[in-house]
Amino acid sequence: MNIKREDILHLASLSNLSLSDEEVKSLGKDLQDIIKYISQLDELDTKDVEPTYQVFEMKNVWRDDEIVDQGVSREELLALSAESRDNQIEVPKVL
Amino acid sequence: MKTANKKVTAERLVRDALEKAEFFRDYNIFTFLNKTGAIQKAREIDAKIAKGEKVGRLAGVPYALKDNFLSPEGETTASAHILEGFTSPVTATVVEKLEAEGAIMIGRTNLDAFAHGSSTENSYYGPTLNAFDQERVAGGSSGGSAVAVALDIVEFATGTDTGGSIRQPASFNGVYGLKPTYGCNSRYGVVAMASSTDCIGFFTKTTEDMDLLMSVASGQDPKDMTTLPDFYNDTKPSKPRGRIGVIKDFDNELVNKEIRSALKKKCEALEKKGYEIVELEMPALKYALAAYYIIVPAEVASNLSRYDGVRYALRSDKSDDLDSLYENTRNEGFMPENKRRIMIGNFVLSSGFYDAYFLKAAKARTLIVKEYEKAFEKVDYILTPVSPSPAFKLGEKVNDPIAMYLEDVMSVSLNLAGVPGLAVPVGKTKSGLPIGLQLVGPRRSDKNLIKFAKELE
Repeated sequence: MNIKREDILHLASLSNLSLSDEEVKSLGKDLQDIIKYISQLDELDTKDVEPTYQVFEMKNVWRDDEIVDQGVSREELLALSAESRDNQIEVPKVL
Repeated sequence: MKTANKKVTAERLVRDALEKAEFFRDYNIFTFLNKTGAIQKAREIDAKIAKGEKVGRLAGVPYALKDNFLSPEGETTASAHILEGFTSPVTATVVEKLEAEGAIMIGRTNLDAFAHGSSTENSYYGPTLNAFDQERVAGGSSGGSAVAVALDIVEFATGTDTGGSIRQPASFNGVYGLKPTYGCNSRYGVVAMASSTDCIGFFTKTTEDMDLLMSVASGQDPKDMTTLPDFYNDTKPSKPRGRIGVIKDFDNELVNKEIRSALKKKCEALEKKGYEIVELEMPALKYALAAYYIIVPAEVASNLSRYDGVRYALRSDKSDDLDSLYENTRNEGFMPENKRRIMIGNFVLSSGFYDAYFLKAAKARTLIVKEYEKAFEKVDYILTPVSPSPAFKLGEKVNDPIAMYLEDVMSVSLNLAGVPGLAVPVGKTKSGLPIGLQLVGPRRSDKNLIKFAKELE
C-alpha cells in the first residue's frame, strides 16, 4: 500500500505527535518501508489458526482485596510534575 | 564473582569499579555514576562484616543497572529526553532483591531510548562504543550494560530483552547474556516496552554467576501479575537426552561466514561428546520478524502513551493548551525510532488495518509457539547464531530502520514464544570481534540451560 502525506498526519494525530514538515517526509519514507516489510505476513497461511496475544501460562491471577500502600506519598508524586498548585497538577487550558 | 570479606572490603570493590568506570569514560557506558551512594552502602556492608554479622550472597558486589530500571538512586531516563529529570520514588523488584543480597549499584547504563534499537545509537546521550573496537557499536538495546561487564568494570549488569536486547549486545562484546522464560523475573519498576515480550535478565562473565543471579531474582511478585511462582530454584537437574537442534533456515549466505563456521565447530565438538545434532525445519520462524515488528510496536504505542508531560519529567514550554502540551512534549522528547514505532503501532491497530496486520501477526505468533513446542519434543536445546553478523560500524545502519530490524531476525522468535535463550561467547573473528551463539531451551528450562552452556566451553 501507498502511504500518503495525509496518512502520516493522521497517524501523527493518533500518536499525539506534532511532527515538523521534515519529519513528515522522512517518517513517510520509513513507514512505507516498514509496512512493506511487515506485509510479507500475507504469504503465511493462517487459516483456522487461533491468535496468541500473550505467552504467560497462568490465567486470572487475583490479589487479595485490600488496600496496598505503594510507599509513595502524595507530596512525592506531586513533586514529579513540572507544575503543581494546591495539591493538584497544573496544566494549560483544556478548552 | 568476588564478594566482600574482611580482607577485601566492599568499599575497595566499589572504589575499584568506580575508578574503572572513570577510566573507560570514552566508551559512553554510563548515564549516571553512583559515587556517594555506592560508597556509603559499601561502608554499611563492611561494618556488618567487621561485626561478624551475616551478609548476603552478593555482599559488596558492584553492578551496573540498565537505565530503564526504576530506583531512587540517580535519574531513571531510559536514555530518553522525555524522562530527563525523572527520579523515581519507587524501586524495581529485581533491584530490591539484588540489593537485599548486598549488591551495590555503581552506575546506570546507556541504552537505545526506551530500549528501541539494536545498537545503542538511538540513545539521547549518544552511542556506547564496542568493548573490542571503538569504531563499532555496542549492540543494543542494553549496550551500556554489555560493555560495562566486557570491560570488567563490574561483575554483572542488568538488562531487558524484548526482542534480543540482552543477547545481541552480549554476543557483540563477548559476555554471557540471558533472556529468561517469560514471567520468570518481575517486571515491576522497569520501564515498559512491550508487555507481552519484555523479559528481565543479566550480563555475566561466567555461567555460575548467571545461575546465582537468577536464583536471587526469580520468583512470583505480587506487584507483577505476570510472574510465575518460582520454578528456577525448584528445578531438578535433568540429564539431557542428548539431542541438540540446529535450525536449517538460519544456515544461509546472509549470515556471516565466521559465525556459521563457529556454529559448525561447536556442533562437531558436541558430536564428539556424544550428542546428536538434529536439523530442524521451522518454516514459521521466517515470519517471526514481521510478526514481531507488528506486535511490539502495537504494545509500544500503548505503553508509551503515558508520556505526556503532565505528571512527571519533561514538559514542553511551548504550549498554550493541553493538546499542544501533549503533542509538543512528545515530539521534543521522543527519538526518531520511538516515533516510528509508536506510529507503526497505531497504524497496525487502527480500524481497517487491524485484521490485516495485528490479528494476522497474533496468528503467526501461534504458529511460532507451536513450532518451538514441536522442536522441543525432538531435541533438548537448540543452538543458533544470535545475530547475522558481529558488531557493525557506528552509523552503518542507524538511518535504515529495516537493516537495523534485521539484526533481530534470529532473536525475536524466542520472545514471541516466551522461551529462554542464553547468548554464549564462543570465540572471535579473525579481526578480533567476539562471536556469540544462542542456546535456546523450552519454557522453564532456564536453570538446566545455563548448566548445559558449560558443554560449549
